[in-house]
Amino acid sequence: MIYDVEYETMPREALEAIQLRRLKATLERVCATVPFYRERMAAAGITPRDIQRLEDLRHIPFTTKQDLRDNYPFGMFAVPMDTVVRIHASSGTTGQPTVVGYTARDVNTWATLMARALVAGGATANDIIHNAYGYGLFTGGLGVHYGAEKLGASVIPVSGGNTKRQILIMRDFKPTVITATPSYTLHLAEVAEEMGVSFKELSFKFGIFGAEPWSENMRQEIERKLNITAVDIYGLSEVIGPGVAIECHEAKKGLHVFEDHFLPEIIDPATGEVLPPGETGELVFTSLTKEAFPVIRYRTRDITSLNFEPCICGRTHVRMNRVSGRSDDMLIIRGVNVFPSQIESVLMETSEVAPHYQLVVDREENLDTLTVRVEVGERLFSDEVRQLQELERKISKNIKETLGVSAKVKLVEPHTIQRSEGKAVRVIDNRKI
Amino acid sequence: MHAQQISIFLENKAGRLAEVTGILAGAGVNIRALALADTSDFGVLRLIVDDNHKAENALKQGGFTVSKTDVVAVEVDDRPGGLHHILDLLQNAGINVEYMYAFVQHSGANAVMIFRFDQPDEALKVLGADGLKVIEGHRLYTM
Ligand SMILES: [Zn+2]
Repeated sequence: MIYDVEYETMPREALEAIQLRRLKATLERVCATVPFYRERMAAAGITPRDIQRLEDLRHIPFTTKQDLRDNYPFGMFAVPMDTVVRIHASSGTTGQPTVVGYTARDVNTWATLMARALVAGGATANDIIHNAYGYGLFTGGLGVHYGAEKLGASVIPVSGGNTKRQILIMRDFKPTVITATPSYTLHLAEVAEEMGVSFKELSFKFGIFGAEPWSENMRQEIERKLNITAVDIYGLSEVIGPGVAIECHEAKKGLHVFEDHFLPEIIDPATGEVLPPGETGELVFTSLTKEAFPVIRYRTRDITSLNFEPCICGRTHVRMNRVSGRSDDMLIIRGVNVFPSQIESVLMETSEVAPHYQLVVDREENLDTLTVRVEVGERLFSDEVRQLQELERKISKNIKETLGVSAKVKLVEPHTIQRSEGKAVRVIDNRKI
Repeated sequence: MHAQQISIFLENKAGRLAEVTGILAGAGVNIRALALADTSDFGVLRLIVDDNHKAENALKQGGFTVSKTDVVAVEVDDRPGGLHHILDLLQNAGINVEYMYAFVQHSGANAVMIFRFDQPDEALKVLGADGLKVIEGHRLYTM
């Protein structure tokens, strides 16, 4: 099934004509309303009128996460606040989150795109959707929710956590579609098993999973344990939230990017050069229809490639492959963005010294775990075990409070953290994804 | 009246203790007493040695985190209730024992205990007033 046959199966020439028209309009508008974009483009000596073909986009400067932070909170908004009806924010890296806004029309666009995504993932108006994405500032919960309502499905806004209650709801309400992070889904499956509830006997048919990196192996495990068809969904709040791209359940081979609303590019993260179709690099998005928070050549830092081959589902929109990594060292742990630099500042604040540290990420029983190894130098060392344990506890508590992620702190001897060319290896990601 | 103890941070993994004793042996340092306080992940090794300076240098050279702590070495009557008498005395004076361990050598007929107090100077007063014998560092290291 396809939610919006006209746009989702549009011949590419027609699609590209729409993209160019919308791109020009977006550029005109941001130059008129957002000082940041006006100044950036002026500095690059380019005006919206210079954009005559889609390829000309490459002459426009990139926008980075840092640019968004520099304009915190509302500096990148392209409309007056009285037309903004919704605000979301993504987890901050230096205590400063990225704030995004939506007009009523943006909310409607987003809901429509999420409805498209749900249908691509196998949902229909007759389904009951168990939405276990977190509701709140995070775009996951409300994004799926509005899409489900737009589609006309019945949505259970269960949000994250309270796993046992979720299992009872699944057993009693008989939802047919589940939307959640893949790691939480596998956790649900385990808890269900402990409670004597067999996922296979529940009513699920389809699952739409995202908000964290996952693998083909995890897909197979989820499909086997839940007896469902599982697809990958992609989105980020800076671009709109979930519903930027979705795998079709027919092919399950790459995520269709809703190109009538978002223009994707793949660049070399080191040089910024646009790469030829099919090559792997950093994904960059330009929004084509957003009103409150348009983004121009926004660097996602996600590493992937684009596949322009026709798809068996009939959609003509390009497919992005599974995100294979990050162009910087950001870690996504249980859906929370974690930068080593954040941990460093917590350590600084807690111990008043900058110890050598290392983040070790594992996936145990399908949940991401973070261990922070901290070298005990003379400044940190206490002769008393109790004080060292207190130090571990304090660091762990401060990480939880600052980053919102649980971490086990492990004190280690000096010089035990691997150095590579004199630089400590800050991250070891053991997740097999 | 204090004695100095060397404390070393150790990860709880095989061979670390032997690494320390090996370094000290190599530096010609004699271990007079040793106690290990540990958790499942790490431990603190406490040592009384005959040459603090040498030991500290050798261990730091070997990459260990080392600190020096003031402790008090007290002669304990080698009879039932000997240690209890001391602990009782300190408790009544409101002094806490952070930790303690036994010294290998006897001092004449008496056993020797190493104490770490939260108020070492107060402790020394209380012990002295009771006529208990405190062994000074330089004597302890070469006993
Ligand atoms: Zn498809």
